[in-house]
Amino acid sequence: MHGWIGRILRIDLGTGKVSTEALKPELARDYIGARGLGTKYMYDEVDPMVDPLSPANKLIFASGPMTGTFAPSAGRYDVVTKGPLTGTIAASNSGGAWGPELKYAGYDMLILEGRAEKPVYLWIQDEKVEIRDAAHLWGKDVPETTEALNAETAADAKIACIGPAGENLSFIAAIMNDMQRAAGRTGVGAVMGSKNLKAVVVRGTGAVTVADKDAFLAAVAKASTMIKEHPVGGTGLRLYGTNVLVNILNSVGGLPTANFQDGHYPTADKVGGETLAANQLQRPKGCFSCIISCGRATKVTNPKYKGEGEGPEYETAWGFGPDCLIDDLDAVLKANYYCNEYGIDTISMGGTVACAMELFHRGVITLEDTEGLELDFGNAEAMVEAVRLTGLGQGFGRKLALGSYRLASLYGHPELSMTVKKQEMPAYDPRAVQGIGLNYATNNRGGCHVRGYSISPEVLGVPFKVDKDTIDGKAELVALFQNLTAALDSTGSCLFTTFGIGAPEFAELMTSLTGFAYTGESFVEAGERVWNLERLWNLKSGLTAADDTLPPRLLKEPIVTGASKGAVSRLPEMLPLYYGVRGWDADGVPTKEKLSALALA
Amino acid sequence: MSMMLMIHPDKCTGCRNCELACSMEHEGNFRPKASRIHVYTWEREGFSVPMMCQQCKDAACVTVCMPRAMHRNPANGQVELDADKCIGCKMCVQACPFGCASWDFQGLQILKCDTCDGSPSCAAICPTHALEWVEDTISAQARKRSFAAKLKNAFAEV
Repeated sequence: MHGWIGRILRIDLGTGKVSTEALKPELARDYIGARGLGTKYMYDEVDPMVDPLSPANKLIFASGPMTGTFAPSAGRYDVVTKGPLTGTIAASNSGGAWGPELKYAGYDMLILEGRAEKPVYLWIQDEKVEIRDAAHLWGKDVPETTEALNAETAADAKIACIGPAGENLSFIAAIMNDMQRAAGRTGVGAVMGSKNLKAVVVRGTGAVTVADKDAFLAAVAKASTMIKEHPVGGTGLRLYGTNVLVNILNSVGGLPTANFQDGHYPTADKVGGETLAANQLQRPKGCFSCIISCGRATKVTNPKYKGEGEGPEYETAWGFGPDCLIDDLDAVLKANYYCNEYGIDTISMGGTVACAMELFHRGVITLEDTEGLELDFGNAEAMVEAVRLTGLGQGFGRKLALGSYRLASLYGHPELSMTVKKQEMPAYDPRAVQGIGLNYATNNRGGCHVRGYSISPEVLGVPFKVDKDTIDGKAELVALFQNLTAALDSTGSCLFTTFGIGAPEFAELMTSLTGFAYTGESFVEAGERVWNLERLWNLKSGLTAADDTLPPRLLKEPIVTGASKGAVSRLPEMLPLYYGVRGWDADGVPTKEKLSALALA
Repeated sequence: MSMMLMIHPDKCTGCRNCELACSMEHEGNFRPKASRIHVYTWEREGFSVPMMCQQCKDAACVTVCMPRAMHRNPANGQVELDADKCIGCKMCVQACPFGCASWDFQGLQILKCDTCDGSPSCAAICPTHALEWVEDTISAQARKRSFAAKLKNAFAEV
């Protein structure tokens, strides 16, 4: 095979059995790789009712066919499993260089089963696979673990690991690779922790091959030029990172503020990407094969919040910033560093602290509950300390580690958790931008923006401008973006390549790389297949149409200030239209006709 | 005067596109271990440095090469490897002070930058111009000027 390696590595952590198997070419063609292919294997092999933290759940690390090539910004892999935070199918993707290294070692996917009796790590060198004792690493943070493992394996080995948050089975724990990159969402780090697996260390010496070299080089050159010439993909993201969005979203009144009580924050600029570039930014960073370089190598010299590392992304700056009524960028960065070091998803962490602050502000929880932490809106020091405690699983951090839905439910106020399917929503207010609310509500992994980024047309005007406030055409728009994203996630590409290229260019890259003929249409259809398969999994795991909703606040309480003052989400009007566009019945169940059209029946 | 590959670590994002372009150019596939250029990244600081053959004037690899496979091409000033003469003794690997000649145990060959015959694919693909293919005289001046600008800014703040 070309693009794909054609081989899967399977390890039973309970018995220590290591085996390899061939990847079926027709499965690869239809589900592409990464998110799609991993989901297909989960669907075929695991009962959707499985307890996510039990040995019966599987943990799949899956690369895509473009991973490891120089297709622009396409070095990603997905962690596919049942997510403990959401109870949904989880696919959490990450950049860095770990995914490519897995392919150079000779594998498209790594399927992990069972649970090790005691802490272990995997050391994969091409054909040679060892399950090694990790007792000496348990408790170490991500940078310490990474450096220790590079020292005891190989300096050029690539490492994916969990920090203390994953070990403590925090529902918002991430899997970190290359020290600074995160497969963050849906609590995949807890699944790794539940398997007593501290790290997967990989070093590969092999190659990824290409079906039609000349055609692939031409397709890459064309795609790269289109991305580089795009104002967002080529310039904006390198200069200011994703955090360029703080001021943009604030200007349209869609920057969720104080746990989504408002959509505008007067001093938002203090935590924006422009401020970061003028102060803490050291230089832009790129993941493997990236031509966009949105990564931020940053440093804080302020002794109170001293540190260095990568970040923040827009979501992170917003979550620890405006959503907590905080405009101290040094504090935001420190919270980000703690998340990277302890292995926590920054979006869920920010949303959970914001929720706790509202509970505290309203007197639902007191200093007794927080064990002395003055966790009110605007208290930057308390916010940073809350993140530290969560990472280490200490004090009130033990409750924050559950995520905001379980936290707020403990105190009888689940409605104050700004989540969909128990996962914290990101930094776009569904009242100010109608399509993104529909995407959050219908997203197969709960509150998430990167599975149907309608912000691109609704706010940025890319690739075309639509009215953010209307609901007309939003069902079609969101479904199309969800399908395209499911397909491009499955290739190993970064979502940000869509600031430049679309389905026709992906089809050209895939065709020349793999030798299978894709068109723009068949590529998007592969994404629709993946989306429907994820939906089927979720329905079998007990979710229903009732879960396709937003927190009541967003449906009932209008935005108070800013450019979107007075707006509420019109989700109830959009949802039936969306089910119709999807070819699903009134209960959100895919019809037989739709499933057979997608070869899923 | 000849051409040289100029490295600007301050501009390098660590994306390793140069490794991939090098591997594709020479091997026809993506195998970074066979690349003639490698990027080293310090993740804590987020700092990356690309490393490849410096085409030394007094080149240790040429001095130690018994069959004279490694030699200087007077036409372009580059150190070139004549694969037909190479006996695979790996003395160049041991002699290079930068570690920029290496042995490919799979391809059974010496890996050393050949500047892609005067059109380096690594510099062509580099998205941030951290690698530049420039005239050796001009490049040195540009580096001097860029450092002078940093000094100017530092003194201006005093």
